[in-house]
Amino acid sequence: MSATQAVETVFRIESARIIAAVARIVRDVGIAEEIAQDALVAALEQWPESGVPDKPGAWLMATAKHRAIDLVRRKETYARKLAEVGRTLEDVPPPAEPAAPDDIDDDLLRLIFTACHPVLATEARIALTLRLMGGLTTQEIARAFLAPEPTVAQRIVRAKRALAKAGVPFEVPYGADREQRLSSVLEVIYLIFNEGYSATAGDDLVRPALCEDALRLARVLAALMPKEPEVHGLAALLEFQASRIPARTGPDGEPVLLADQNRSRWNRMLIHRGALAMRDAGSGPYSVQAAIAGCHAEAVRYEDTDWVTIATLYGRLVELVPSPVVELNRAVAVSMAEGPQAALPLVDALAGEPALRTYHLLPSVRGDLLERLGRREEARAEFERAASLTHNARERDLLLGRAARV
Amino acid sequence: MPRFLSLIRIDEQALPANTEFPPEFGERMGALMEEITKAGVMLDTAGLLPTSEGTRVTWSGGKLSYTDGPFTETKEVVGGYALLQAKDKAEALEWTKRFLEIHPEEWTVGAELRQIDGG
Repeated sequence: MSATQAVETVFRIESARIIAAVARIVRDVGIAEEIAQDALVAALEQWPESGVPDKPGAWLMATAKHRAIDLVRRKETYARKLAEVGRTLEDVPPPAEPAAPDDIDDDLLRLIFTACHPVLATEARIALTLRLMGGLTTQEIARAFLAPEPTVAQRIVRAKRALAKAGVPFEVPYGADREQRLSSVLEVIYLIFNEGYSATAGDDLVRPALCEDALRLARVLAALMPKEPEVHGLAALLEFQASRIPARTGPDGEPVLLADQNRSRWNRMLIHRGALAMRDAGSGPYSVQAAIAGCHAEAVRYEDTDWVTIATLYGRLVELVPSPVVELNRAVAVSMAEGPQAALPLVDALAGEPALRTYHLLPSVRGDLLERLGRREEARAEFERAASLTHNARERDLLLGRAARV
Repeated sequence: MPRFLSLIRIDEQALPANTEFPPEFGERMGALMEEITKAGVMLDTAGLLPTSEGTRVTWSGGKLSYTDGPFTETKEVVGGYALLQAKDKAEALEWTKRFLEIHPEEWTVGAELRQIDGG
């Protein structure tokens, strides 16, 4: 490996930790990222000449911290000089001493909580988290989210500025808003995963790679916050969901429904990891969703699915996070556990939901129930309606096929 | 993000029986394992019992044959494994290097890094 390659690899591995450690000193994630980049540039200049140091990660960390402390001192001197002429700047905390491993963990947590701060729009939280914690380049994020690169670059710049402007403290929240702040972090990771998951049908490999990025973030968070059941719940949910990715698309990239998936293609290791994470999960919304995904994962054949448990879990989920989409999923589970007759009223009750007005899965599920009840004409109309609502061409073909076969 | 299987190879015969791990080695290993887990890279890892406890089963010419360990004809046998997930091979190699570097200098340990097909 050339020195340049070695620098880049080590930097990629260490960058989140370096940015986090520097941010604690300078109290600004934007400046912290610049300083981390400066340390990378210094390494790229020096290592090809001097050789790669024994502990390259430590070298990068020390270089970045030195620069951070210098910057803070210069600011302090500047503030003092200003004060001498009768002006004041905000207090700058004294630079911290080198961190023990546990401090690094705290720094990383501070970094992710800051990147996911509610002062930022969801899109900005996602971009900043992938950039600072996930180590993705702006170009990679732009490609993954099908957005122009300048747009994403702007989004990240503005997000850093917004954090500075709002004076967001670089800390892990304790106290009243901790729960809400943690759910913002979990939501960002979940959204990143879903962006990749919904794109797994297709030939673009960058978007599905988001699943891996999100999964890694969830694993990191579970290792950093071992006492938070919902963090394990999210990790378990994503491990289970990711285990099905190889089976979700057919040979021509067409989506394959859960019932039709070749379960031998499910990744056993990820299912095993999901089950392990479940042990530490709790009873919050991600944990309940993970339990549902776990029920599917445990069924060796579709016919073995424990729909009674799944229907019960959806009942619990509806109480935790009431939403028409969850209610629709519950109806599907009830139809499998008790039959289509029991589920139809649940689906019909959703007919007036504004949130589901253009949601293709509502008529698709209703069509399925009607078909099972032998009401074929009505079922066909529902499938055709569903086909007209979906934006995914492959899904449309699937639904039109069902309409034709009823 | 590709997955890699790192096969840790040791020369069983060169290791004295009941090798005592130096305590600081255990600490270094613990710290590295924690670090690699917190980086979201380590998926699974374990050491294996000596080959004297192992059995090889071979299917050849339509017949099964069994060979009980120890396997002395191969100098280096798999003594453990680590399953890693990294952005690329360079990243997996960097972690592998860190793993090897914490071993005592007088030991000879090898790691064979193999990418998992389709993983």
